[in-house]
Amino acid sequence: MQSMLIRSKPDLTYADVTPKDVYFNRRRFLQAMGLAGVTAFAGKQLLALAAPPLKTLAAGKFPNLAKSPFSTTEKETSFEDVTHYNNFYEFGIDKDAPAKNAQKFRTSPWSVSVEGEVKTKRKFSMDEILKLAPLEERIYRHRCVEGWSIVVPWIGFSLSVIANLVQPTEKAKFVAFESLYDPGQMPEGRFAGIELPYIEGLRLDEAMNPLTLLCVGMYGDALPNQDGAPVRLVIPWKYGFKSIKSLIKIKFVGKQPDTTWNLANAHEYGFYSNVNPNVDHPRWSQATERRLGDIFRRETLMFNGYGDQVASLYNGMDLKKYY
Amino acid sequence: MPSFLAKKWTKVPVFLLCLTPWSLLLWRAYYANLGPDPVATLQHTTGDWTLRFLVFTLCISPARKLLRLPELIRFRRMLGLFAFFYGCCHFLVYLGPDQNFSLAAMLKDVAKRPFITVGFTALVLMIPLALTSTAGWIRRLGGRRWQILHRLIYISAVCGVIHYLWLVKSAIYRPLTYGIIVGVLLLWRVFNWLPRRGPKVPASTNPQRSSATV
Repeated sequence: MQSMLIRSKPDLTYADVTPKDVYFNRRRFLQAMGLAGVTAFAGKQLLALAAPPLKTLAAGKFPNLAKSPFSTTEKETSFEDVTHYNNFYEFGIDKDAPAKNAQKFRTSPWSVSVEGEVKTKRKFSMDEILKLAPLEERIYRHRCVEGWSIVVPWIGFSLSVIANLVQPTEKAKFVAFESLYDPGQMPEGRFAGIELPYIEGLRLDEAMNPLTLLCVGMYGDALPNQDGAPVRLVIPWKYGFKSIKSLIKIKFVGKQPDTTWNLANAHEYGFYSNVNPNVDHPRWSQATERRLGDIFRRETLMFNGYGDQVASLYNGMDLKKYY
Repeated sequence: MPSFLAKKWTKVPVFLLCLTPWSLLLWRAYYANLGPDPVATLQHTTGDWTLRFLVFTLCISPARKLLRLPELIRFRRMLGLFAFFYGCCHFLVYLGPDQNFSLAAMLKDVAKRPFITVGFTALVLMIPLALTSTAGWIRRLGGRRWQILHRLIYISAVCGVIHYLWLVKSAIYRPLTYGIIVGVLLLWRVFNWLPRRGPKVPASTNPQRSSATV
């Protein structure tokens, strides 16, 4: 199985994305491993699927990844769970809908346009993006605003790499992001209840923080469609919806940009949306979360546990006001 | 057909049918097949079935009249009790994994969060209905008073819909569907209560309105 997946060619292009049949074979194999891993149902384990040993198997598209000091040592959530529990409203609002509806999503050719208040506007193809910087594996905690969380080995590099290439001007204070919205490929998007295309934004210093990841893969492989293929952001100290998927546009701007969930319900979803156990969602508590696979909830950490890296960004700010 | 519905044994298949969603959940739980967030699956499925059984229960009276099948009354108590049963399961999943079986934490949550408050209200209002669902209690309370008490189910159903509506993030068409169905079922009752027009049954001279059978 492994030999089938590890490629010896050193220079990969985006055309080297694991073919779908291989990907699905791997999935079936993983499912079988998962079943074999299921042992006794007792106490807390009654409902939990024993996690298959994914880490050793995941060596597909990106075999030589640099390790990152930002990685957590916490147990990774299973690949199966991370690919079958998605909020990706373009492909349906149910957690299992994107896994079904995104399989035929065309992610090649793909390019990301970088524009706005920059010295050199540029359009990057996926092949170019993959060569901009050495790819790192970053194992991040990921906390959804709904109160569940996962631990994912993402692959990518800091978004600041892109910024340094295009050189934002003095006028750039914020960065606006936009997802692809193709109603032809995403018919479920009409029932999303939010305005599409999905848009997000960060303050420039947040975007430049090394934790902010331009993500092209996970579990050693390319991003599955339902997880935001072919390229997305991952901002681990903010609620998951800030980590925009299937990114096509990055625009450096002078004013705080609109963001999708803020437009949908400004009272509930702020521009910042930092993970904060002390500021509740108007309808539910944010003090605890359930890690997928667990039965009971655990305490949510301030800035999702990334305070050392990002707390200084918000010095002097009232985080109840700027939620 | 009507005589068939009046047969004693017909309650057995209906009972088993009502128990099927619960059995399926148990089956999936045993085989660890409840998806990535098993607790959420249990919560959502039991919540959905509570609302559905409330709707089924509310359907009985209109169905009896519109389909001219008075025998359907035989199944109303069972459906109502199943709504209560699924509601209790829903509550236990919330009390256990979400609140760590802490009654104090649960009550605090009920007081603080409007969507929990209405959900809890819906369940609490079903308790007296479940307790007084026996023939003995109908006798003790008297048919008329029993009936007034059991109209609490209308409030339960409305609270259940609001609970669902306040819980969803954006796409409200599912709770809205329940809302429309419950709305139609309640409106039917309102129209049924209204004094009938026409020379045959003038409202002023008809002390017994049709509500007695609703």
